[in-house]
Amino acid sequence: MKLMNFAGPPSAGKTAVIKNIIRKLYPQVKVAYLKIDVVMAFEKEELQRDFADLPIQIVYAGDLCPDHASVMVMKDAIQWAMREGSELLIVESAGLCLRCSPYLNQGLGVIVLSMLGGMNSPLKMGPMVSLADIAVVTKVDLISQAEREVFREKIREVSRSIRIYEVNALQGTGTSRLMTELDGMTDIDVDTLKLKGVPPLGVCTICIGKKDIGWDNHFGVIRKLEGADYLYRGE
Amino acid sequence: MIIKRITVYPGLNKNGEKEGFEELKIVSGNTVSIVGPTGSGKSSLVNDIEMLTQGDTITGRKIFINGKIPPSSFRQDPSKNPIVLITQHTNFLADLPIDEFLRIHAKARRIAAEGTVERTIYLTNKLTGEKVHEKMRMTSLSGGQTRAMMIADAIVIGQAPIVLLDEIENAGIFKKEAMEMVRTEGKIILFVTHDPVVALLCDIRLVMKNGGIVKVHRTTELEKKARKRIIEQDILLSVVRERVRRGEVLSF
Ligand SMILES: Nc1nc2c(ncn2[C@@H]2O[C@H](COP(=O)(O)OP(=O)(O)OP(=O)(O)O)[C@@H](O)[C@H]2O)c(=O)[nH]1
Ligand SMILES: Nc1ncnc2c1ncn2[C@@H]1O[C@H](COP(=O)(O)OP(=O)(O)OP(=O)(O)O)[C@@H](O)[C@H]1O
Ligand SMILES: [Mg+2]
Ligand SMILES: [Mg+2]
Ligand SMILES: [Zn+2]
Repeated sequence: MKLMNFAGPPSAGKTAVIKNIIRKLYPQVKVAYLKIDVVMAFEKEELQRDFADLPIQIVYAGDLCPDHASVMVMKDAIQWAMREGSELLIVESAGLCLRCSPYLNQGLGVIVLSMLGGMNSPLKMGPMVSLADIAVVTKVDLISQAEREVFREKIREVSRSIRIYEVNALQGTGTSRLMTELDGMTDIDVDTLKLKGVPPLGVCTICIGKKDIGWDNHFGVIRKLEGADYLYRGE
Repeated sequence: MIIKRITVYPGLNKNGEKEGFEELKIVSGNTVSIVGPTGSGKSSLVNDIEMLTQGDTITGRKIFINGKIPPSSFRQDPSKNPIVLITQHTNFLADLPIDEFLRIHAKARRIAAEGTVERTIYLTNKLTGEKVHEKMRMTSLSGGQTRAMMIADAIVIGQAPIVLLDEIENAGIFKKEAMEMVRTEGKIILFVTHDPVVALLCDIRLVMKNGGIVKVHRTTELEKKARKRIIEQDILLSVVRERVRRGEVLSF
């Protein structure tokens, strides 16, 4: 099974981009989808409207950073997707704390950005941009060519090696070029999956820098993917 | 790479019918106008060319350069992109001062020449009524100033052999000056336009309807003869327009 990890600020167009990718694959390629959000997510209804039998899981992180939550549930999610017989698991994280990133040492880490979030937004997002393999720039239909090129340059300031794709996710324009990224992908090996970045200092085992995924390797955070409304609640 | 020609392969119109041509070749030195009613797909056509689409836009068109699928570096690296597009937008969303924006754009297109930013602002001000200055924010420019800056940026920083202009006449910039600035030897220039003068000044006219190209027309000798008279009238009109704008009272 292959894995794609999507991160990016709220309303950047993550779901819109993912929908375009799934549209190119579904139903020939079996895709599973997981969303990790804070309190509210609308992806299930949205995706089910277009892809009736797509396996979908939504998980709420509550007061925990959604990227931390993704570390915890990732192993469960991979096992779930494999049970579903999926060939590709797409994970969408709300990625809000901007100090960590959900990308793993395998699969593809994708940051979704739009210039509408501000020209300097890539510089403010730290590892969410710098550790991504590719950047997808959305809403290019709303800006001029010159602005697109300047925004590209801003992303390059954060990461020289990142591969940048520009799309109009409403019409799906640009998706074909993005799909070429899937060709080179290899299957993940669950036993050697690790976080790419070092999470920031904090109080749980993820916060102190342990990179292993799954419940058995961590403590301080409480529930499992199955039946969890909120993974963690602060006082 | 030296750009010799663009080839457009037909897509489907809004009814899903194939466009009425087999392949459309535009060679270097050609100026082309794209005309048709609002909503007929003119902007979509120039966007297809700018994207160098290979069938993945709503129209399904394919665009070749020099008879081949263009290399991905054209899209991945602005300094290798042979196309500049002046979009139909009448406002910038980039929250940066003009000089910083232009400096970064010049870096992206690898234009190192001294005075690039100053020259772009100078050309902008030749096209616009009220002047802009380097510390103004991009987002504060008016519709006409925005379009003037896009054209100046395309000429000084874009410096590309293929120029696509979506409605040059829009928002009250000096159309004639803008056309003269853009038209240099050996370029391929496409004008999306509602203006008959712009259309008549081009070698080829593409007529659009319902999302597709319905006619490829080469400007006739008769049209070229009529051109002079029509341009004279257009100049008269633009002189009157300028005088009215300046608050003069006309006495014919
Ligand atoms: N014009 C335009 N709108 C877009 C584009 N991509 C997304 N949108 C719109 O932007 C809004 C947010 O898109 P989503 O895909 O829901 O964004 P998201 O990143 O998944 O948002 P969250 O999951 O809520 O954080 C929607 O209204 C989309 O229709 C684009 O390329 N162009
Ligand atoms: N071949 C096509 N198939 C389906 N939809 C199309 C096609 N061509 C254009 N459209 C759609 O039609 C709408 C209008 O197109 P476009 O903006 O290109 O028109 P225009 O001629 O530039 O109009 P205006 O003169 O108002 O600028 C857009 O939403 C576009 O996506
Ligand atoms: Mg979403
Ligand atoms: Mg248009
Ligand atoms: Zn975090």
